[in-house]
Amino acid sequence: MAATNAIDVRGLTKHFGSKTAVDGIDIAVPEGEVWGFLGPNGSGKTTTIRMLCGLLRADAGEGSVLGLDFLRDTKAIKRQVGYMTQRFSFWEDLSIRENLDFVASLYELDDRKARVDGMLHQLGLEERQDQLAGALSGGWKQRLALGACMLHAPRLLLLDEPTAGVDPKARRDFWDQIHALSASGLTVLVSTHYMDEAERCDRIVYISQGKIVARGTVAQVIEEAGLFTFVVEGERARHLVQHLQTAPGVRSVAFFGAVLHVSGHDRAALERAIEPYRGDPQLTIRSATPSLEDVFIELQEATTQGTAT
Amino acid sequence: MSRPISLARIGALLSKEFIQLRRDRLTAAMIVGIPIMQLLLFGFAINADPKHLPTVVSISDPGPFSDSITSALANSGYFDIVRATHSPDEAHRMLDEGRTSFVVDIPVNRDLVRGANPELLVEADATDPATSSNAIGAISEIAADALRDDLKGPLAARVQAQPPFNVVVHRLYNPEVNTHYNIVPGLLGVILTMTMVLMTSMALTRERERGTYENLLAMPTHPLEIMIGKIVPNIFVGLVQTALVLVAAAFVFSVPIIGSPLALSVAVLLFISANLAVGYTFSTVAQNQLQAMQMMVFFLLPSILLSGFAFPFRGMPEWAQWVGEVLPNTHFLRVVRGVLLKGNGLAESWPDIWPLILFLFAAGTVSLLRFRRTLD
Repeated sequence: MAATNAIDVRGLTKHFGSKTAVDGIDIAVPEGEVWGFLGPNGSGKTTTIRMLCGLLRADAGEGSVLGLDFLRDTKAIKRQVGYMTQRFSFWEDLSIRENLDFVASLYELDDRKARVDGMLHQLGLEERQDQLAGALSGGWKQRLALGACMLHAPRLLLLDEPTAGVDPKARRDFWDQIHALSASGLTVLVSTHYMDEAERCDRIVYISQGKIVARGTVAQVIEEAGLFTFVVEGERARHLVQHLQTAPGVRSVAFFGAVLHVSGHDRAALERAIEPYRGDPQLTIRSATPSLEDVFIELQEATTQGTAT
Repeated sequence: MSRPISLARIGALLSKEFIQLRRDRLTAAMIVGIPIMQLLLFGFAINADPKHLPTVVSISDPGPFSDSITSALANSGYFDIVRATHSPDEAHRMLDEGRTSFVVDIPVNRDLVRGANPELLVEADATDPATSSNAIGAISEIAADALRDDLKGPLAARVQAQPPFNVVVHRLYNPEVNTHYNIVPGLLGVILTMTMVLMTSMALTRERERGTYENLLAMPTHPLEIMIGKIVPNIFVGLVQTALVLVAAAFVFSVPIIGSPLALSVAVLLFISANLAVGYTFSTVAQNQLQAMQMMVFFLLPSILLSGFAFPFRGMPEWAQWVGEVLPNTHFLRVVRGVLLKGNGLAESWPDIWPLILFLFAAGTVSLLRFRRTLD
C-alpha cells in the first residue's frame, strides 16, 4: 500500500503561535493521480503543501513523500518534487530563459541547455525566451512557473492555487497539461478555489480550519454531504430569496443565473419551505443533484458556524 | 550528485546575482555614485579648517600698525576683511546680524609703541565653535608677525622682549593643516561600511519580499551556497569602490600613499567581508527591506561617529571608546591611515588586523546560524 502512495502522511500538525493552522491531517495520494485540495482561505492548504515539500517543519505527524521520510529526508524530497508557489516566485529581472537556466543549474541537471530548450518548446515560450519574467502577463508567468518546476522531471507536483488570476483559456491549457503529465505517471496535488477545476480531479480533499471535512471523488463528496437541492426557476424566483433564506430547514439559497438553488439536509423541511410556491404557474420547481459549490458552501458554513462567536 | 556544497550551484547563484546587478541601474549607479558623492562632499565641500571667514576690523586709530595687521589677517587666508570701521557699534551690529564671523579690535598705535602690551580683542561668533577655533588659533601669531616689520629701530626691543599681545597661541603643526589627508582615507571606511552593509542587508529580504525566497528554499540549495552567492558579487563591488577612492586620494587630493600595498589589501578584503557578514546577518533577521534599512542605520551611525572618522577617538568618553573598539571601521581607519600616511606595513598594522579577523569570524558565524532552511 505505502509503496504505491506518492504522499502518505498521518497526523500532520502545525502551530503558528497559539493558532493551529493544520490540525492532524491524513492524506494518502496514490501515484499517478490528480488530487484537488480545497477549502476556504486560511484553512491550512498552503501550510500543508509547504510541510509536504519541506519548506515548513511539521510540529507533529509522520509518513512519507515519494517513499522518503517527509520530516527527515527533505533534501532528497526537494530533488523529486516540483512546487509551484501561490504567488509568482521567479526572478522578474531575469528573462524566461535565464530563469529556467538558473533553476536547471540549481538542480545540477545534465545537458542543461537541451532541457531548457525542450521546456521552452513544450511550453510554447521559445519566442518569448528573452523577455524579462516581470514583463509577462499572468498566463505566461504561470506557464513559466509550471515549466520551471517541471524542469527536473519531478515525480510529484505540489501546486498551490496555480490558476488564480489566469484567464479561462490559459486555465484550460494548464489543466490539459496536468492531465497529460498525470497520464505519464506524475502525481499531482493541486489546491484551488475553482469548482470546475475540482471536478477535473480524480479525488478531492476539503479542509476547513486545519481539518479534513470531506474527501473522495466529486460524486462521493456530493453524496456524503447529505444535501438535498431544489431548483426554482422563473421570473419571480429572485423575490423568494429573502423568505427562503429564513425558512426552517433551508441551509443555503444561491443564484445561478435566473435559477435559484435551495439546499438543506432535511428533505421534508425543505419540501415544506417551498410548498407555498408549488402552485405558482410562473415558477417551475424540481429536485436536483446539489452542485459541488452547494456542497462546499454548506461545508464551509457548517464548519465555521460551530466555532464562530 | 548529493554533495552538500556544489560549485556548479554556487556558480549559478553568482551568475544570477551578476545579471540582476547589471539590470538594476539604480544600484549600479549607487555603487559608483556613493563614493564619488562622498569624496566630493567630504573632500571639497566639508572642511574642518574653514577659511575666508568674514571679518570686520574695528580701527579707532588708523596708522601703520593697523594697516599691517589688517593686511596680514587678509593674507592669512582665514579672514576676509569685509569692512574696516572706526565705529565699534557698527562692528558689533554686523556681528549680531551674522554678517561677520569676527570683529578684530585693533589697539591704538601709541600703546604698542609704548610697549603697554595692549589687548588685541577678537570677538568671534562662537555659535559654531568649529568654524572659528582654527582662525582664532592663528590670529595672534598672524598679528605678531605683521608687526615684526613695523617695530624696528628703537622699537625692536618690543619684539624681542615680549610679543606685543598678551595672548599667544602657537601652532606647532603645519599651519595649513591639510584635512584631506585625514578625511579621504577615513572616507574609504565609511563608504565601504555604507554600501556593503546596505547591499547585503537587502539581499535576502528582497528575495523574501518578492516571494522568490520560497522558491529558492524549495530547490536543493545549501545555506552556505546562498550566502556565498550573495556575498561574493559584493566583494567585487567593494573592490571597485576601494579603487575609486584610492585613485581619487592619490590624484585628486594628493594624499601620500607610502605604506605597504599588501597590508592595505589584506585590511580592505577583511573589512569588506566583515561588513558583508554584518549585512547578511541583518538580512536573515529583517522581515522586509525597510527593517533591513533601519538595522543598517543602527550600524552605520556608530561606525561614522564612534570610529574616529567624525570625532577624535581619544576625545570620546571611555565607554564610547569601547563601543568604537568593537566596530570594524575603527580598526580599518587605523590601518588605512597608518598605511597611507605613516608608511606602515603588515607588522605595524597587525594590532588592528586581528580584530577585523575576529569580527569577520563572529559575524559570519552568526549569519549562518541565523539562516533558516525553512520558512518557519
